[in-house]
Amino acid sequence: MRMTTLLAGGAALALMAQGAAAEVTKVHEKGLKPYEIVDGVSIPKPLTDKSGDPKRGAKLMVARKKGNCLACHKVVQLNDYPFHGNVGPELSDVASNMQEGEMRLRLVNPKVLNPDTIMPAFYHTEGLHRVKKKFKGKPVLTEQEIEDIIAFLKTLKSSQ
Amino acid sequence: MFGTRYRMGGVAFTALGALAVAGVFTLGAGSASACEECKGKFEVDGKKSGYLYSNPSTQAMEDDDFDNPGMLWVEKGRKLWAKKDGKANKSCQDCHGAPEKMRGVYPVYPKYDPKTKKLINIEQRINRCRTEKMQAKPWKWDKDNLLGVTALIGYVSRGLPVNVKIDGPAKPFFEKGKAFYYQRRGQLDMACKHCHEDNAGKYIRADFISEGRGGGNFPTYRLKWQKLGSLHRRFKGCNKQVRAKPYKQGADEYVNLELFVKWRTNGLPVEVPGVRR
Ligand code: HEC
Ligand code: HEC
Repeated sequence: MRMTTLLAGGAALALMAQGAAAEVTKVHEKGLKPYEIVDGVSIPKPLTDKSGDPKRGAKLMVARKKGNCLACHKVVQLNDYPFHGNVGPELSDVASNMQEGEMRLRLVNPKVLNPDTIMPAFYHTEGLHRVKKKFKGKPVLTEQEIEDIIAFLKTLKSSQ
Repeated sequence: MFGTRYRMGGVAFTALGALAVAGVFTLGAGSASACEECKGKFEVDGKKSGYLYSNPSTQAMEDDDFDNPGMLWVEKGRKLWAKKDGKANKSCQDCHGAPEKMRGVYPVYPKYDPKTKKLINIEQRINRCRTEKMQAKPWKWDKDNLLGVTALIGYVSRGLPVNVKIDGPAKPFFEKGKAFYYQRRGQLDMACKHCHEDNAGKYIRADFISEGRGGGNFPTYRLKWQKLGSLHRRFKGCNKQVRAKPYKQGADEYVNLELFVKWRTNGLPVEVPGVRR
């Protein structure tokens, strides 16, 4: 069994090696459901039993008080909505380039992948500084909302 | 009798009109284009003023004193400057002379204040004069009086390069301001640098992000606010955007941050009252 520490997160972590090479990191943050990061790049298992709804996912990506993903990402499939930012990479073909599990980690806590990123962690409550009272202890998105967005991201292929 | 009275009224009206026009010309220092002295200086050593991130119509508003809505506050500041107030029955003018004598003050604030052993910025300096020298009540942040006199003090330094000192006793406060700037905060967990260093020149939704070098243009007229506002009000807005608990205007944390932001602006011209979206 190999033990490692995860730089980001700050949660109570139990680390263990499973099978041949897969390294599994268990994360359980305050007020959130536990999940597992595999090999530091992916959360393969969905956060909920109920499968995601891509229509709701699209709405959550647009909504300024929810995902507001358009703040930073261009998505041609959402061109009905104005003002797509360009701080992050375009997502119009993201399903051709990323596995579902990689998308999930990217949404849950992108700082695991890039500690200096501007992208918010959408399912993360610990180690934050001066959070406004209204948002304290709460993730930006619920586990179901994360799954809805992933369901929509999986439809994003520019070849369609 | 009716005729005379009518004529008198007419004369009085004309005289007032002439005065008003003369007043405006004095403010513009004889030129319709306002910050003549800022022209060509908005980029220095690779640093750019937020002016260069504004669209042409916003720039045009700042460029022309007749169109710049911030000039209303400068005019108000000029009136207040000469107005006696407080138990001491003194005006700013009684101690300092003409507002133009304050040229050179704006670029070097905030600075270390031996009396309180911390930094003091312009708004706080004005209020100290009010409470101590004039025995008057301090003015409230982001209300017209304090905005007006602060804008006036900025206005008379137009074109001068921002030039704050960060060594000596100011150093520890500068370091605190710097730490604030690089500290992630709020539910969205972003630091100032994530927007203004890493992503200047890009869009966050409809917002075109500048380098955040706001040390030369505040108080600024923001179209969104429909009025002039302080740099600390801007800090609050940027804190709230990332769902962080803001501080109050005038808090030590913001005065320290002001020194850091103003140091990032060193070399760029004073352009008060700036106009921004
Ligand atoms: C404040 C900016 C910002 C917001 C808001 C944001 N992102 Fe990102 N995102 C980025 C940046 C920047 C990257 C590039 C990688 C990095 O910084 O580590 C990125 C990368 C990604 C990637 C990886 C793309 C690739 O090709 O590698 C995905 C997927 C993604 N974001 C999805 C989302 C979704 C979905 C949302 C909303 C729920 C969102 N992002 C909100 C800034 C943002
Ligand atoms: C989520 C992105 C974001 C973060 C984080 C952020 N800002 Fe801003 N800031 C903006 C936007 C957007 C504007 C308006 C456009 C502009 O002037 O850049 C702005 C404007 C400013 C301005 C006005 C510039 C001018 O020329 O008038 C200053 C000064 C400033 N920010 C400082 C800060 C400081 C200090 C922090 C951290 C406490 C901070 N910002 C954090 C997005 C951000």
